[in-house]
Amino acid sequence: MLTNTAPGLDLEASFEQALQGLGLSPAAAHMLWLPLPMVLVLVAAVVGVLVNVWLERKISAAVQQRIGPEYAGALGVLQPIADGIKLVFKEDIIPAKADGLLFTLGPVLVLIPVILSWLVVPFGQHLLISNVGIGIFLWISLSSIQPIGLLMSGYASNNKYSLLGGLRAAAQSISYEIPLALAVLAVVMMSNSLSTVDIVNQQTGAGILSWNIWRQPVGFVIFWICALAECERLPFDLPEAEEELVAGYQTEYSGMKFALFYLGSYINLVLSALLVSVLYLGGWGFPIPVEWLAGWLGQPIDAPLVQLITGSVGIVMTVLKAYLLVFLAILLRWTTPRVRIDQLLDLGWKFLLPIALVNLLITAALKLAFPMAFGG
Amino acid sequence: MTIASTTQLICFVALSATLVLGALGVVLLPNIVYSAFLLGGVFLSVAGLYLLLNASFVAAAQVLVYVGAVNVLILFAIMLVNKKENLAAIPGLGVRRLLSGAVCGGLFVLLIRVAFTTPWALPGPEPVGEEATIRIGEHLFSDYLLPFELASVLLLMSMIGAIVLARRDVLSSDVITGEAADQGLIEKERTPLLLEKSPR
Repeated sequence: MLTNTAPGLDLEASFEQALQGLGLSPAAAHMLWLPLPMVLVLVAAVVGVLVNVWLERKISAAVQQRIGPEYAGALGVLQPIADGIKLVFKEDIIPAKADGLLFTLGPVLVLIPVILSWLVVPFGQHLLISNVGIGIFLWISLSSIQPIGLLMSGYASNNKYSLLGGLRAAAQSISYEIPLALAVLAVVMMSNSLSTVDIVNQQTGAGILSWNIWRQPVGFVIFWICALAECERLPFDLPEAEEELVAGYQTEYSGMKFALFYLGSYINLVLSALLVSVLYLGGWGFPIPVEWLAGWLGQPIDAPLVQLITGSVGIVMTVLKAYLLVFLAILLRWTTPRVRIDQLLDLGWKFLLPIALVNLLITAALKLAFPMAFGG
Repeated sequence: MTIASTTQLICFVALSATLVLGALGVVLLPNIVYSAFLLGGVFLSVAGLYLLLNASFVAAAQVLVYVGAVNVLILFAIMLVNKKENLAAIPGLGVRRLLSGAVCGGLFVLLIRVAFTTPWALPGPEPVGEEATIRIGEHLFSDYLLPFELASVLLLMSMIGAIVLARRDVLSSDVITGEAADQGLIEKERTPLLLEKSPR
């Protein structure tokens, strides 16, 4: 763990102090603290998926001039819950000629790395599960486990469409991982750290003007394209292209195992949106620095009430930015046609990869030339 | 014993058990797909052991390179070349198994002996922790620069080789001799391999 001495809401320290005040040992207090943020983030991720599903249904309806879900709750907000309950109660079928063990393990392997990656998503200076030093690198390496789960479920289904879908998914995520990592590397080079908290802190100097999107416009576009491809969202949802592959690696799945894939893809979408906002849109930063606002209002920045407000503003800003990006992703899904598999791989290897490399080189050059603006 | 050290011990035992059992499975299972998936599990538990040793960067690199690249490529190769054919029976299989078992057992005994006779400096040097990333970078660009660059040249060479082999379909015949470009020509000892593109 990094020792973080920057000011800000530190719930962990306060919680443990309170417990130690009740006569618990520091270790026991820490043990009691540990599960809290994990459960909170897990709940946040799942609720995020519910919101996402509702948004997807409503926005797709609006794009196609329909009304969308309407009767389940006000504006259909309970529709995703109904969907979830339906999936839970469906029969769980394992095809007779399928490999039962791998068939069950596949969806689990797809979901676990995505949830583990939430470890490094910061909602504030101290509002994250763990400020590990390798931060963003952990996310990149965890997301490289996912193709194995996809290959596993594609193979175990014993179905040619599933196998083709699994192979496509793995090929796609391997090819887009490289430009993605190069785009992240350019940001990391500017902030001199892999930690997500440091990456955000480096963007907090002058509010909206110091966000990385102005210094890394190309990187931002590359990252966003690659994130969409990693999430298998349209225009890159080749692994489950209905006309060609039925539903790709998901063809044989039903009930809760299918729900795991579904959950995984939506959690991944929210996670990618959150990471775009962390890497390029200033994370929890308000467009005008909260320190300035507090100064203009004549409030000390480390007063408890002000800290509470700035902490809440941080969470709201992170989620707001992420959901704006999710909105963009949904709009893209319902307005763009799907690319062909060869176009997809061409785009990844022959276009994005060279551009990402050039972007990295230019960033390095600018960092040497203008150390003030590019984090020398 | 504190809570932290107990957790560490449990993690160590669990990781080592999955590592050893998984590795045995990779070697002993008859189904090659299971072996490949288990290999991924073995790589992951090695990454877990690195994490226990406070080497988080190495652990993440292990996951990225071995699980994310090497293992996925192995799986790709297995799934694309999934021929359902029975291998020809090898004569003297029992003797071969016995011999290889003896060699492995001998190596194991040797390693155990080394592990028990070496005077290990306990406890070892203080773990660098989060500073490790910076230290690795410094070493890679100072005293380990040559091996680092040589490794990149090696990777480039293997990549070009792989491309030449993979794009055999557009190459029809050797420019000099006019021989057809097939596996035999490529495996023959001769330099350089000049190939002409087939008319398309």
